[in-house]
Amino acid sequence: MFRVLILLTCLLANAPGLAVEHAIVLNADCPPGFELSSGHCELRSLYQMYPSLQEAGVGGLKTGLPEWRDGFSPEQTDLGRYLFFDPVLSGDGSVSCASCHHPDQGFADGLGQSVGIDDSVLPRSAPTLWNVAFLKSFFWDGRASSLEEQMQGPLYDAHEMGSNPQLLLKTFNGIPAYQQLFAQAFPNDFIDSGSQVRLDHIYAAITAFQVSLISLNSRYDQYAHGYADALSGPEKEGLNIFRSFVARCAECHTPPLFTNQQLAVIGTPEPEGMPFDAGAQVPMEEPSQRGGFKVPSLRNIALTAPYMHSGRFASLREAAAFYTGGRGHAVPKGEELKIHWHIWEPNLTDEELDRLVDFLMTLTDESFKPEQPSRLPSGMRPVHNNVADAGGIIDGASNHE
Amino acid sequence: MNKIAAIAGAVVLLAGGYYLGTANQPEPTVIKVPAAPKAEFASDGAAEVIAASGAFSVRAWETPTSGQVIIVKDGESIQDAVAKAEPGTLIKVMPGTYKETVYIDKDNITLSGVIEQGRYPVMEGEGVRNDAVLYSGNGVTVENLYITHYKGNAIMGQAGNNFIIRNNYIVDTGVYGIFPQLGKNGIVAHNIISGIEDAAIYVGMSDNVDVVYNQVFESVAGIEIENSRAALVEGNYVYNNTGGILAFITPGLPIKTCSDVIIRNNFVVNNNHENFAIPGSLVSNIPSGTGMLIMACDDVVVEQNIVTGNDSVGILFTDFSLATSASVDPDSEPNPNRPKILNNIMQDNGNNPAPLVRAFLATKLETRGPDVADTVGMDDGCILNPERFRTIGLDKYSECAFSDTKNVLTYTLPEPVAPRTEESNMDSGKLAYYGVCAGCHAYNSRMIGPPTQIIQALYMDNPEGIAAYAAKPVKKRDDYPEMPPQGHLDEETRLAAAKFMLKLSK
Repeated sequence: MFRVLILLTCLLANAPGLAVEHAIVLNADCPPGFELSSGHCELRSLYQMYPSLQEAGVGGLKTGLPEWRDGFSPEQTDLGRYLFFDPVLSGDGSVSCASCHHPDQGFADGLGQSVGIDDSVLPRSAPTLWNVAFLKSFFWDGRASSLEEQMQGPLYDAHEMGSNPQLLLKTFNGIPAYQQLFAQAFPNDFIDSGSQVRLDHIYAAITAFQVSLISLNSRYDQYAHGYADALSGPEKEGLNIFRSFVARCAECHTPPLFTNQQLAVIGTPEPEGMPFDAGAQVPMEEPSQRGGFKVPSLRNIALTAPYMHSGRFASLREAAAFYTGGRGHAVPKGEELKIHWHIWEPNLTDEELDRLVDFLMTLTDESFKPEQPSRLPSGMRPVHNNVADAGGIIDGASNHE
Repeated sequence: MNKIAAIAGAVVLLAGGYYLGTANQPEPTVIKVPAAPKAEFASDGAAEVIAASGAFSVRAWETPTSGQVIIVKDGESIQDAVAKAEPGTLIKVMPGTYKETVYIDKDNITLSGVIEQGRYPVMEGEGVRNDAVLYSGNGVTVENLYITHYKGNAIMGQAGNNFIIRNNYIVDTGVYGIFPQLGKNGIVAHNIISGIEDAAIYVGMSDNVDVVYNQVFESVAGIEIENSRAALVEGNYVYNNTGGILAFITPGLPIKTCSDVIIRNNFVVNNNHENFAIPGSLVSNIPSGTGMLIMACDDVVVEQNIVTGNDSVGILFTDFSLATSASVDPDSEPNPNRPKILNNIMQDNGNNPAPLVRAFLATKLETRGPDVADTVGMDDGCILNPERFRTIGLDKYSECAFSDTKNVLTYTLPEPVAPRTEESNMDSGKLAYYGVCAGCHAYNSRMIGPPTQIIQALYMDNPEGIAAYAAKPVKKRDDYPEMPPQGHLDEETRLAAAKFMLKLSK
């Protein structure tokens, strides 16, 4: 009888929509990397000591950061964390943000093409969320200019999370635990008892969590701050190849973020059988941007195989080798692309490619990785550890070259 | 008659041989580091000039030195010296051959060749090494080197303010000769550069740079100022390149503007070299025979140059219509706004225009290239004495309201750019605490390491103890994992972080 009771309690606790025994209290501390200043979390980094030409946040080793988003409260950040992992945000409760942006997979998903609800295979790869606080444009084709705008893409796309604004509002205003948490996070908007959760609260909280994902403490960073022994001999060789004007990686993957945040047409191939992706040409309505994609940051790049917008390259070695394959060597017949001027024929040797990979591995830092909530305010179970099942998808485990 | 000449010649040879014989035992070169600056040149005339201009000196700052000197001899490695060098070190490189890539990721390093009777320290890339000198530190000087046969650049800066690159001899090094990028306040002076398949001197995305008194030839582009502001290009000898002096915006770069470039007192002569640029590069579009090319760069002043014998066009102002190989960037403004052409000498240009220019001329019913062309037809430009020149597209130019730029002696700053650490709110202890330590330590809650409050109780008035422990931690507590060493932070920063940690109250 006693055993049955325990079982029953467990079931109830896990049942959707039921309040859990101990109410969740949002963290009143800022996430690591932030200082609490008059109720707001403000980013702090050694990089703030360095200059940056025109405040652009591109340069060399000791260059300041690009403009960033911060200033959310600790409670907003923590609420965003719960929302991020909660499948209640999807139309059918089957996926959460973390399904495609898994903290244990570099906030990506290890897939060339991500998988949404109903096992839908999407045309592009989920980008990492590390350091999104510094980005000015979002999606591979750069079509959104804020995180708040960006997240409405996957949230409301029928093949990604399959929700809609009405459903979200109904869901959150129907879960007392969430109402309490939104009231903790946005006290000024919940002064009277009839206050409702609004969409902008949801967007702001998720943004607050996303901008807390800071990765600036890699071994490379230790080297940049002046500790010469942080990198091994081969890794330093790799750094010098990376920034050399032969490989030219650093011309677009510019420190300190390892992206210059521009669009570039480089002509990488799609996976076998996938039609050519026109990239930024579509949102910009600009033919010369055909095949243009955002230059991704290379921070934590070792964690987010496979590579390129649709995951054609299974390994960093393959991705690096693309750049020495010759200008336009993988452009499909009949496509006329304005290939970026830095794509040329550097004739990198096998050893140089190996050194480049050695260096790229030094850009890994997960020291500020947030904790994954063990229980969720919706009462649902986290789903991001469920294995996506999408048949013959590109999983990055095999070499497709 | 011939016999007499032969005898005279023999005497000269003998004398020369005797001279060479004695000169073959040279005195060892003594490295002299001046203890104090030499006296100022003084003349009544100079005093009057200084009083009148109010300016004391131009480009007078140097890389700060500490007195530490490292001498690198033939057979030794320059990089070993850089690795040992503290900021302020003067590295002297003796004549010899150095087959390496030198990278300087430190501040205030002077890399200075020693030249003995015309013999330079030679950096030899042998066609296999990428770049000769890479720097990212602030206050780097690179001078007196002979650099050849590298695949990438001879001297390349990736960020780094207050740079000085001078007196270098660069021959056939691949893509760029001298390429400071993303830096503020720099001097590129007295370099001799040839055989470069892009720009001999390329100032990219930089502010406040003087490119003065250089000799650049037999390259695709002589001097290129790209996406930069406040650049002075003065007194350079620019000849037999595909294009002589360029000031332009490259679309698609993170810093989008180019403005306030003064191009004055240069010799821009016979820039008719065949274009041998890498296919796809922006300079591959430059028509052979272009003296100057100003593309999309604003407020460019062209003053007192001698522009002669350039077979396509003397000076060309244009928009991105030349940059056909690049994708459109809506954030890059294409027009060369407010061009200013003061007095210049222009002769003998446009005698044999390249096909691209010929096609443009055909639309104007012309066959010979002009001294000055503006393909956009800007209406905010100005020119002095337009009647002296053959021009196209300058119909809307007015007369310039000023006749010279002599009140701008330099675009470099009177003092080096100060480090940002001298600004307020740049407490390295606070930044290190939140930026590094906070990954494991929160004020009063348990994370990976013990809470800051507990550490405060343990160390009280002993920040040195924390700083020392953090550098070489040992396993102390069973209930926490061993701390990873933080020796990557220098002693000063560790101590500052420890002090900040001890006074924290929330």
